[in-house]
This record gives sequence, structure tokens and C-alpha cells, in this order.
Amino acid sequence: MEFESAKLIGAGVAVLGVTGAALGVGRIFSSLIDSIARNPSAKDDMSKFAFVGAGLTEALGIFALLIAIMIFFK
Amino acid sequence: MKNPLDQFLIKKIIPLQFEGVDLSFTNASLAMVLVTLSIMALQYFGLRGSLIIPGKVQALFESSYDFIADMVKENAGREAKSYAPFIFSLFMFVLISNLLGMFPYSFTVTSHFAVTFTLAICVFLTVTVVGFVKHGFHFFRLFFPAGVPLWMAPILVPLELLSYLIRPITLSVRLFLNMAAGHILLKVFAGFALTLGLYSFAPVLFNVMFIGFEFFVAVLQAYIFTILTCIYLNDALNLH
Repeated sequence: MEFESAKLIGAGVAVLGVTGAALGVGRIFSSLIDSIARNPSAKDDMSKFAFVGAGLTEALGIFALLIAIMIFFK
Repeated sequence: MKNPLDQFLIKKIIPLQFEGVDLSFTNASLAMVLVTLSIMALQYFGLRGSLIIPGKVQALFESSYDFIADMVKENAGREAKSYAPFIFSLFMFVLISNLLGMFPYSFTVTSHFAVTFTLAICVFLTVTVVGFVKHGFHFFRLFFPAGVPLWMAPILVPLELLSYLIRPITLSVRLFLNMAAGHILLKVFAGFALTLGLYSFAPVLFNVMFIGFEFFVAVLQAYIFTILTCIYLNDALNLH
């Protein structure tokens, strides 16, 4: 297989790792909505934790994007 | 079509050499100077009148300082109050450099791994040295919490040690990747708008929405960097 086409296929497969991050962030915010429904007075506290957790989870998805970009441009 | 990675090239503005070490004033240095000047301008114009009932700039500056002071007090405890200026400088630098990178044709300082790694190493070394100064060799108790049975130690201690040592890397890579990937994506979609003829409104529309998302990510990443620093400081000062 040519080097260029192998690079493109590799980059495409590497980006599939972002689905894990998407699922994780979805779970965090779904449980945030559930817990706000149970206890509306704790909204501010829990939103802070939700955003910090979402940032941490999204970082791992972006690690996968980093590998894809490194494969694609080198 | 130009390479989307061209925006990160460092160009020298004033070339300087000192004993073989390249100390040129580059466009990255210029961007950092602009960031520092913006923070100093905000502080100068905020605290100039110093009324009891604050005006707009004073309220902005005071609220940002209160935000950081509350974050430090909540996450790192009362005795960490002396670290609030450090955390404030860190937060303002990351926030303003993320936001100034959203201007067209400007240079995002935090989209270079060298810059974010330096910040993360500063944070990591500060936290570790603070932990050793306060607790001495008892600091290693962080990796082996009290109440853990002894047979778990060979599994737990290397794992905790690894997750402690990887902190500067994840801290820096998280910030760097969020900024760099966002900017690359913007340039890639702008490149699509060049090649499509009639339907070039679609990438431009996506770019508009994505720039809004980028602003949110810029503020969020600055907040996450700072709050993780506070949490690591809490780990070092109060061992678990």
C-alpha cells in the first residue's frame, strides 16, 4: 500500500477513539441533569464538578485527535 | 492550499544572539508581552479610582480576584491563602492568552507545547517542593494512604507514583491540545470554504458556531488548569 494512503487510513482509524470521550461527557451531563432534578438547590456546586469532569474527559478524547493529527501531517 | 499548521510558525522580529544562544524577540514573545500588558492595564484601570462602590472595570477586576481567592480557599484550605497570588497570575495568564488568540491573525501563546509544559512544570515543582518543605519525608505517605493493607502496597504505590508523575504532562497536554486542535480545525474548515464554489456558506457557518465554542473552551480550559492546580496543592498540603 502506498505511504500516503496508509497515512490517511491510519489517521481515520485513530480518530475513532474520540467516541469514548463523547460517551463519557454524555454520561457526566446526563447524571448532572438527574441529580439537579433530585435536588435543585445543589445546582451551582454540581455544575462546577460537571464542567471540571467534562474538561478532564474531553482531554483524553483530544489525545486521540493528537495522534491522528501527528499521523496525518508527518 | 496552505498548510493549516502554518499558523504556529515562530517568526523572529528582532534577532538577538548571546554567546551562541538564540534569544531573539519572536512573535511568540510579542504575544506574551501583549498578554502581560493587557493584564497590567486591567489592573491599573481597575484599581485607579478605588471607590467603595466599584465602577465597571474595578468590579471586573475585583470579581476575578474574588473568584480565585474563593477557589483557593475552597479547594486547598485556609492555610493556602498565601498561594492565591500565584494562582491568580497563572489563571489570568492562561485566560488572557487563550482569549487573545481568538483575534484574527494573532498568535496563541498557549497553543505551543513549550509554553504549556513550562507552566505545568512550574506548578508541579512548586507543589512538590511545598509538600516536601511542609511534611519532610512524610510526604511519601501520599502514595501509600493510611489504612491500606500491606499486601496491596506493591500494586498501589507504583500506580499512585505513576499517576503523580504524569500530572505535569496531562496538565500541559490538555491545555495545549484544546487550543491547538481548535485553531487547526478552524483553519481546515476555512480551507474548505476556499475550494467549495457555491456551497462555501456551509464551512463559514460552521466556523462561526465553532468560534463561539472556542471562546467557551478557552475560558473552560483556563478554569480547569487553575482548579487542578488548586487540587494538587491541596494534595500536597493536606496529604489526602
